[in-house]
Amino acid sequence: MKKVTAFLLLISINLISLTLASAQSKTEVLIRNATVMTAAKGTLENTDVLIKDGKITRIGKNLKASSNAQTIDATGKFVTPGIVDCHSHTMMDAVNEFSYSVTSMTRIRDVLNPTDIAIYRALAGGVTAANLLHGSANAIGGQNTTVKFKYGKPVEDFPIADAPPGIKFALGENPKRTNFNPAPGATPRYPRTRMGVMEVIRDAFIRARDYKKEWDEFRAKKTNVQPRRDLELEPLVEVIEGKRLVHAHGYRSDEHLNLMLIADEFGFKVATLQHALEAYKIAPEIAKRGTGASIFADSWSYKLEAYDSIPYNGYILWKNGVNVSINSDSNERMRRLNLDAAKMMKYGGVPEEESLKMITLNPAKQLGIDKRTGSIEVGKDADIVIWNAHPFSSYARAEMTMIEGEVYFDRSRDITRRAELQREREALEKMDVNRAPGSSGTQPARPSEYRQEDLDEADGGNRQ
Amino acid sequence: MKKEIFNAETRRRGDFKKMKPLMHTDSQGYFMFQSSFFKSFSASLRLCVVIIILAFGVFAQSDGSQQNQTGKAGTFAITNARIVTVSGAVIENGTVVISNGKISGVGGSVSVPAGAERIDGSGLSVYPGMIDAGTNLGLAEIGAAPATIDVAETGDMNSNSKAITAINPHSSHVNVTRVNGITTVLSMPQGGVISGQAAVINLNGSTQNEMAIVPAFGLIINFPRITLGGGGFNPFAQQAPVDFSEALKRRDQRIEDLKKLFRDAENYAKVQEAYAKDKNLPAPTTDLKMAALTPYIRGERPIIFTAERERDIRSVTKFVAGTRIKGIIMGGQEAWKAADELKKNNIAVIYTNIYNLPVRDDDAYDYLFEAPAKLAQAGVRFCVSTGDGGAEVRDLPYQAGLAGAYGLSKDEALKSVTLYPAQILGLGSQLGSIEQGKIANIVVTDGDILDPRTNVKYLFINGRLLPLTSRHTELFEAFKDRK
Repeated sequence: MKKVTAFLLLISINLISLTLASAQSKTEVLIRNATVMTAAKGTLENTDVLIKDGKITRIGKNLKASSNAQTIDATGKFVTPGIVDCHSHTMMDAVNEFSYSVTSMTRIRDVLNPTDIAIYRALAGGVTAANLLHGSANAIGGQNTTVKFKYGKPVEDFPIADAPPGIKFALGENPKRTNFNPAPGATPRYPRTRMGVMEVIRDAFIRARDYKKEWDEFRAKKTNVQPRRDLELEPLVEVIEGKRLVHAHGYRSDEHLNLMLIADEFGFKVATLQHALEAYKIAPEIAKRGTGASIFADSWSYKLEAYDSIPYNGYILWKNGVNVSINSDSNERMRRLNLDAAKMMKYGGVPEEESLKMITLNPAKQLGIDKRTGSIEVGKDADIVIWNAHPFSSYARAEMTMIEGEVYFDRSRDITRRAELQREREALEKMDVNRAPGSSGTQPARPSEYRQEDLDEADGGNRQ
Repeated sequence: MKKEIFNAETRRRGDFKKMKPLMHTDSQGYFMFQSSFFKSFSASLRLCVVIIILAFGVFAQSDGSQQNQTGKAGTFAITNARIVTVSGAVIENGTVVISNGKISGVGGSVSVPAGAERIDGSGLSVYPGMIDAGTNLGLAEIGAAPATIDVAETGDMNSNSKAITAINPHSSHVNVTRVNGITTVLSMPQGGVISGQAAVINLNGSTQNEMAIVPAFGLIINFPRITLGGGGFNPFAQQAPVDFSEALKRRDQRIEDLKKLFRDAENYAKVQEAYAKDKNLPAPTTDLKMAALTPYIRGERPIIFTAERERDIRSVTKFVAGTRIKGIIMGGQEAWKAADELKKNNIAVIYTNIYNLPVRDDDAYDYLFEAPAKLAQAGVRFCVSTGDGGAEVRDLPYQAGLAGAYGLSKDEALKSVTLYPAQILGLGSQLGSIEQGKIANIVVTDGDILDPRTNVKYLFINGRLLPLTSRHTELFEAFKDRK
């Protein structure tokens, strides 16, 4: 079946690209008469949103568009900013470089797969942008890439060019876990305890600080010997200089606090604590440093360090003034982040707009892309979702998702195309090359696929 | 394969020979203590063990204190409430009376008995407690901590494994689940071919017996399916086949093996019965695994077959047709495609894991979201269940709501987690709706029970008013005001 799937997928992608291309030729779009949840300036009833050349140009009542504008009647529907997922491994052909405990030289940018069907499914859940992170096997992992989900476009169109670069750190069980079930006779990898994890990070930053000093002295002409470039330490120097965001995976509050103390020592700010399911225990310490928290809404109990996770985490952090985002870390969960945001209203009572911000404007701020996305405001990219009902209702589904004014998901078009895809599938299944071996078919080469072990299963994502 | 853990330190210090392994883990990852271990290891290691034991002890203790709350019994009257009876029309302003653990009155003009504790239901809605008919709740505490998992017994044939004997009444999942309005679950073993017997429990009680509604409800069988991964029906497990016709043949062989096992079990039962009647016959030996099968092969209790794909579901219907077996499908992703056979054989579907990603890349993005609507449309008896290990069972209402977003009517969505699972579990006359005489499992909310913004305000199980506390609310209280 896998070969059929891969074959069909290729064809589907081509079809989707073709159909989208025809719909995207218009440069002006008018969404009419919607309930617009701006995630910045409240909810506006019976409101129009005008989009020109991919940007939001006007928000108001009874807006006029030019005669060749595409008009979308959104009467009775809800409009929100596109969802930003601050922790994802979607469209990554590799997740963890397991070999070392410090792999800051690796780049997620190098392993992007723009044809991953999970991108389309995320769009169908209203997600338009994501923070693609290295896995959590290493105390210091690889460099992230912040993308928009421009499914059907070439891979170079995905990364957001002006998004500040970042890097993944990881604390606790995951960086230790290469030692949980070592092959017989294998040498354990350092670190094996939370003590070691902190020392790996401290050691790396001491080396980075020395390395930076070498370059500073060379640039100040104190020496004529140019230091040898070190691709492991360069990203860490950028961290010290405040040019690279640290996204730190962790669960227990004590280890996140210890990381922030190391950051204090080396003079940088941790951008986000990822998962941070116990962050509610140290909310004031996080708030004081201006560090963000990017959490699961209510996942818990899947590992020991997630046993003190509570769904009130988001509320306590918010009340303390921490910038909170709700992420998925999962191709599955990514499709229902709107309901995760809704849970923030239930657990503790975060106000509606503040809850919506946790999947839109707040993660955009955490990723440094809030100037262009994350809310419905004039001048921002037209990254927009149209919902059939209030997005926090159980009965809500995304009807249309656009990025920079271009439609990347349209439920009605998706449904229209199903019969055609079914016929195509049946035709393909009849071909000799697609018959299973043993039922008169010949065996074609198997397509490469995800290696399940690369996914961050233990983090609450991709656990099914 | 056994593997030593926690003793690498010992080995590195070179005194390996002096030390017995501290703990072993078998292939399932369960911890086993060596009988000799207290005699023979160093003080530091002993301390380590003590810490581990203490740590687990502390969990158990704190959970115990949370859940040893069996609530308050008595006569209660919820007045001026919107009553969503599920079985009948919504009563916009009515009263529900609870006494002796049962619903003793429902309606617009029911009088409140003298001495009843009144609960003002103004602005609130009364629902029957929701039922999740597919969980491992109580059998699995922390996913990645094998010592806390009791889901899958070793071996392939465990007809005598009973979930009810391993469900932890003091699991922290119990309270977390019930405070979200789920009052009853089916908790089942998994793994192997015959996984064991599932129990239906109420989420309240200090002992398994107090929780049990049906201690041995159904037998879980992972129905043999075509697999290119080998494994399967031990002792008939074989190498992974390389081609499809071979895989098909082996699947069919495993089904034949299962049929033979059932025939053997029937013969076993007949021999036992004959001997019971005539003690002059040679005394047959007792075989617990065979004995456990009897009520299931005779249709006295249902067999729950886990199957997802159309062809596997059709294999189940074929297997069941013409026998006395009462079949239920668990999983059922493509059950709607086999609606004809399911209806013909009166097989209901416990539809689980609506959140899963579609299996094939070219499946529609909402393939699993719209499956319940298709089951309803096809007239198959079904319910929506999480299929979850325990921690996320509280998401049940939102999973039903999701089915509601993709074609299932709101009314059916609600029934799919209340009355329908009650009926499938054979408890349609006792649970699943607000009707006089039913068990008083009742949830009072401030909104649509399927909406994630809705709060539960009152909770009754077996007519007992329960506190709305859990591990989560307690940690919340402990830290919410920390400066």
